[in-house]
Amino acid sequence: MPDDSDELDSVFRREHGRCVATLIRVFGDIDRAEDAVAEAFTIAADRWPHDGLPPNPGAWITTVARNRAIDRLRQESTRTDRYIDAHRTDGPTMTNEEADQFTLLDDLAEVLADDQLRLIFLCCHPALSADARVALSLRLLGGLEAGEIAAAFLVTEATMAKRLVRAKQKLRHNHAPYRIPSPAELPDRLHVVLAVISVIYTEGHRTTSGSELVRRDLTGEAIRLARLLHALMPDEPEAMGLLALLLLTQSRADARVDGDGDLVRLADQDRSRWDRKLVDEGHRLVRTCLMLNRPGPFQLQAAIAAVHADAADSAATDWPQILALYDQLAAIRPSPIVEINRAVVVAEVNDARTALAALDEVEPTAQIDSFQPYHAVRADLLARSDRPGEAVLAYERAIALTTNDSELRFLRRRSETCEAEHLLKDPLTRQR
Amino acid sequence: MAQYLISVWHDEDYEVDFSSADAQRQMAQVGQFNTDLEAAGSWVFAGGLQPASSATVVKADGDEVSMIDGPYAESKEQMGGFWIIEAADLDVALEWARRGAAACEGPVEVRPLQGG
Repeated sequence: MPDDSDELDSVFRREHGRCVATLIRVFGDIDRAEDAVAEAFTIAADRWPHDGLPPNPGAWITTVARNRAIDRLRQESTRTDRYIDAHRTDGPTMTNEEADQFTLLDDLAEVLADDQLRLIFLCCHPALSADARVALSLRLLGGLEAGEIAAAFLVTEATMAKRLVRAKQKLRHNHAPYRIPSPAELPDRLHVVLAVISVIYTEGHRTTSGSELVRRDLTGEAIRLARLLHALMPDEPEAMGLLALLLLTQSRADARVDGDGDLVRLADQDRSRWDRKLVDEGHRLVRTCLMLNRPGPFQLQAAIAAVHADAADSAATDWPQILALYDQLAAIRPSPIVEINRAVVVAEVNDARTALAALDEVEPTAQIDSFQPYHAVRADLLARSDRPGEAVLAYERAIALTTNDSELRFLRRRSETCEAEHLLKDPLTRQR
Repeated sequence: MAQYLISVWHDEDYEVDFSSADAQRQMAQVGQFNTDLEAAGSWVFAGGLQPASSATVVKADGDEVSMIDGPYAESKEQMGGFWIIEAADLDVALEWARRGAAACEGPVEVRPLQGG
């Protein structure tokens, strides 16, 4: 094996969630499953470089992990019953017959797929906080360490470790069931899962200096999870929509940052640098979604991204089509964010002044006032409406709310341009 | 089977006029909810509480006992009543909680009991 650590890494990423998912069902306990899988990977790292990769690495890991966990249980036999009672995750456990067949993992593909879904829905249980869902998903489904997750979300490792312990404790104390939601519950429960994956992607997509590598990992992990969910629930159009949206967004990753690490707006991106393979895959998924005719917010956002991807440049974009999609999105799931994005499109279909009027219809709540994109968009529209003085004020508000270095530089450049224009235009009445 | 506390929360100065149409409706809804809990074999115990202003805090420090007027938590929200239910798992408990919240027309908190 020439590239031992890479090989092991990729097996780890691929198999961690699957192995943990099955072992949680077998042992009814998250911590025991995690520990056993970690131990099995340590053994693999030791043996595989000499023995070579086994034909089914996932099955190897799961079997070794299961045997290790059983050994541990035997060693602790005096307190086993008490331990298991106290650490039980409710749900179906493995029968002896199933356990006998356990090495023939390929025959149990359906059972294993169900385990993965159980774990996905457990990590994204609505009784957990949004932060805890994201952390637990990355830990259990993605196999990331607490320190890696902490680095990506800019919190200390201790904080993240505590968050994970609390989340697992809450699930245990509450007897959270290890099951796939019923059809009646599914739409709500699935929406939570899609939101978690979307948050993981967005966090990774926001380029920030320092932890760039970990963040890039997050976009990859989010896409992997979206692919997994789509594979496990092929009939769910929203799962397909999310995957399409992430692929289409990811296709622009190289073009959205320039040589200095600064953000490049969609309109200014060099579209020859868009990843055509991802665009094509995203397009195919969007077309399949449309045929299912059960529209939802992720499908609509994916469709919007697909229309962008169709255009050779910003001017060639089918803006009326995008506006129609935003109108649908606003009807299905109205939100200030949709209204703000819609205003940007109105500027293209009509003009900046009309867009500004549309933006001013967004109710100016305290939440909106502290929402950075609102001020950034408003500043841009003011600048394009030939109101550079007001634009500078809006840019200042946006800059005050921006934490991302690259975005900060972008906004400052724009603001300076407006200030210069404003001074040229009206040097005496410059208002601050 | 596990047991869960489902508690009902009000503003601290919440006062209920039992003759009002709102209270009558809520009481009827809660009565129906209790009947459903019993029919499902999930009912363990339930009770409505007098206002939080009727509470007394008692502290025992060795032989020293002190009493202070008022509820223990200095909070704008106080517990107004509760159910203890038995449920197979969290999702079943959350579904009962949803129905309980609808019946009493206010937020409820679900918390598992130890040893379940």
